[in-house]
Amino acid sequence: MFAFTVRRILQAIVVMLVISFIGFAIKHNFGDPVRELVGERVTPEERAQIRERLGLNDPFLVQYSRFLVDALHGDLGRSFFFKRPVTEVILSKAPATLELVFCASLIVILLSVPAGIHAAIYPRRLLSRFIMGSSIVGVSIPVFLTAIMLIYIFSVELGWLPSFGRGETVLLFGFWESGLLTKDGLLHLIMPSVALSSIMLPLFIRLVRSEMMEVLESEYVKFAWAKGLQPRRVWYVHAFKNTLLPVITVGGVQLGIMVAFTILTETVFQWQGMGSMFIESVSRADTALMVSYIVVVGAIFVVVNTMVDLIYGLVNPTVRVAGRQ
Amino acid sequence: MGKLLSIEHLNVDFAMRTETLRAVDNVSLAVHRGERLGLVGESGAGKSVLGFSIINLISKPGYIDSGRVVFQGQDISTYNDEQMRTIRGNRISMIFQDPMMTLNPVLTIGAQMKETLLAHASISDAEATAICLEKLRKVYISSPGKRLTQFPHEFSGGMRQRIVIAISLLTNPALIIADEPTTALDVTIQAEIMDLLLELCESDRMGLLLITHDLAVVSQVTQRIAVMYAGTIVELGPTGDIINRPQHPYTRGLLGALPQKAGDSRRLNQIPGVMPGLAKIPPGCPFNDRCNMAGDICHEKRPPLIVKQSGNQVACHMVD
Amino acid sequence: MRTRWQRIKDSAFLYHFLRDPVAYVSFAILMVLTISAFAAPLIAPHNPYDPTTIDIMDAELPPAWTDEGSRTFVLGTDEMGRDMLSTMLYGMRISIIIGLGAVFLQAFLGIVIGLLSGYIRRLDNILMRIADVQLSFSTYMIAIFIGAIFQTAFGVANYEKIAAPLLILIIGLAEWPQYARTVRASVLAERKKEYVEAARVIGLSKLRIMGRHILPNTLSPVLVISTVQVANAIMSEAALSFLGLGMPLTKPSLGSLITAGFEYIFSGSWWITILPGILLVLLILVINLLGDWVRDYLNPKLYKG
Repeated sequence: MFAFTVRRILQAIVVMLVISFIGFAIKHNFGDPVRELVGERVTPEERAQIRERLGLNDPFLVQYSRFLVDALHGDLGRSFFFKRPVTEVILSKAPATLELVFCASLIVILLSVPAGIHAAIYPRRLLSRFIMGSSIVGVSIPVFLTAIMLIYIFSVELGWLPSFGRGETVLLFGFWESGLLTKDGLLHLIMPSVALSSIMLPLFIRLVRSEMMEVLESEYVKFAWAKGLQPRRVWYVHAFKNTLLPVITVGGVQLGIMVAFTILTETVFQWQGMGSMFIESVSRADTALMVSYIVVVGAIFVVVNTMVDLIYGLVNPTVRVAGRQ
Repeated sequence: MGKLLSIEHLNVDFAMRTETLRAVDNVSLAVHRGERLGLVGESGAGKSVLGFSIINLISKPGYIDSGRVVFQGQDISTYNDEQMRTIRGNRISMIFQDPMMTLNPVLTIGAQMKETLLAHASISDAEATAICLEKLRKVYISSPGKRLTQFPHEFSGGMRQRIVIAISLLTNPALIIADEPTTALDVTIQAEIMDLLLELCESDRMGLLLITHDLAVVSQVTQRIAVMYAGTIVELGPTGDIINRPQHPYTRGLLGALPQKAGDSRRLNQIPGVMPGLAKIPPGCPFNDRCNMAGDICHEKRPPLIVKQSGNQVACHMVD
Repeated sequence: MRTRWQRIKDSAFLYHFLRDPVAYVSFAILMVLTISAFAAPLIAPHNPYDPTTIDIMDAELPPAWTDEGSRTFVLGTDEMGRDMLSTMLYGMRISIIIGLGAVFLQAFLGIVIGLLSGYIRRLDNILMRIADVQLSFSTYMIAIFIGAIFQTAFGVANYEKIAAPLLILIIGLAEWPQYARTVRASVLAERKKEYVEAARVIGLSKLRIMGRHILPNTLSPVLVISTVQVANAIMSEAALSFLGLGMPLTKPSLGSLITAGFEYIFSGSWWITILPGILLVLLILVINLLGDWVRDYLNPKLYKG
């Protein structure tokens, strides 16, 4: 277990080094730190001076190691558009994205578990067929199209829900702009989180269903039936408890993947989070900001995945021992 | 001895994608009160399916096509799910093949024992615990109080099978169906578990249907043996008669393949060929293509299971 | 012997295919869509790439069945005055070409990498780690990142000029791990079998064993995932186009058509975005349904459900 932990953490570090290297290579080749610092109105002589002072004429590897050290201190450069350190910009945008992901995850979990269980227990019922049928339609609709349809129906035609922005927010702890505490903020959250959840919901329903069906075929569930237990006890205690572990581990990673879809959702709803910030930084050629987003999101993914793996490694031996020897 | 369980003309089918296969073909069999009956055959002969069909727990896509299962005078094959539930684990218990897979890995032993009692009787938690402890002692599990809070992975295979047996005893059932209860265990432990089962059945006068491919095991435990081949019963009789004077060529082949029966330095007699799959059972006698006695009639007519001169019931045209 | 077995299998395949209405209806729709996409220059009533035929005065005309609709433009026109039906047909052609191209590239990369990592122990660890990392990031994220990097590297104007091959490259690079994993798994299963052992004993070279003996046996799982991968690639392309990292408006794919029409839904011109949206969903849906059917067919355990 100890060796496994060490190996897993080493792997995570290697992945982070690779990501940072790619990030730095982009910045080195396409970024313009001088512009990031002082804007575009400087003479060529001043530029050369600043370049020298910033160490931009040093060898590549020297600059890379400086980038690494700075990054470890939380300094990823300055955004030329916002005229602020990128770390600050990203931190100010993070709450919007995290609240969106949180609400979408909530929708996914609350709907997929009962739907998946139902479809697994009664595979032939009409409702199960309907659930599975709509889940395949669901995976076939791109998330941005769902978002556009929602806007067209609920904002343009019915005029019930606001179509863009976060609405009224409350400042928490001095840095967290929350939309969860006002009615206006919550109204603004509805469509973006529904749109974001629409991509994961079908996948989760299928995941819960297939895991549950596999467990329902197991010997211990058959034995539970042979003991004459009530169906509810067999389904919700014997089968569901065993379904939970794979669903949590696979699902944990999948929920992380939702971050990727925030880029699309936020763009449609002009949601002022990290995703729309990233796309804007690409079109504004704000290289420092773009690279930092890649590095930060990369770091989040690596940390989440490593933790899920480690937790699974901790929990798994009991299951493995129980399963075989 | 009155009949505890009687299976009458039972047919079990499996609905495959393109065809329907018959896994249990017109089987009639009875277990008397307190009797231990062995059901012997190769894997795939349909003996497990037969065992599970008694409490209507056949894996999909299998189902009972026709026939009756009469238990303690009642036709339980017509029972609905809830009625059948009150039989399962209550009056008929099952012991499964692999104790490693039988117990739920995420529930404690105590939870898995108590739930069985609570599903069949309205008793208090304390009463349930008391019964669990008593049954654990009965299967020689030491310090049972501590065991109740442990999870299955904390036990060895033999210990787990004892716990499964303890679970099957909880409600003092009239019949236990044991499906290959020792196959997954080490040889040394196999004998222990078999002795335990024998002892429990004798002391509580419980009926036992012992499903196994191992003739040595049944010969020590059961009073009668039914030999199954390709979904049908080919020979049925008292254990001693079957072991010492087998009549059906298949039973003889099975016994010939046992080392101790082959004796001295003679070679083990193997039955030529393999048992046909359910889709390829030949017309007439299902054993005809492997039988060295088969005549024309064996390829045309299925032999009925009738009492022959030896006193055993045998399904063979060539045995008088 | 082998061909006869093959024939029986094929006929069973056909038999089940024809008995499942979902399968044959999806297939028929997919055929109609594909053929009309590739026949777009022949059957489309207008040529959206020819600026001389486009009149800005025709912009934002609603479909013919509405009150203000015009007979000339059955499905209406977009914000530039292009005929929606023609633009959608041409757009679908681009979407399908990019989808197929990306899947060929993915399959090529994935098969090569999968074979290498399944057969050469030393490479296995590193290649599969890369695949794992890429999959854990989600292929969408990787595609968006690569697209962003390319756009930064080439500049917006140059990027748009070579958008189609770039998109194939981006999606191919993002999604190869699916194939690599599938191929590796079947290589590991195959190499344990006796005939590979035998081939090695006779002294055939590794390359020959891989190419002649193992590769053919890994192809059926590759075909199974290919169906769904085409749908994924078309979705990825649409997403990239929606983010402005895809096809330019002058040569729109279905994704860029949806993007372009998005702002017009607020003024009520829903058809510019909804119609290509419906076409895109229909295309992806029938491919996914077919993919599901093929997988279920080859996996009878799941078939019974």
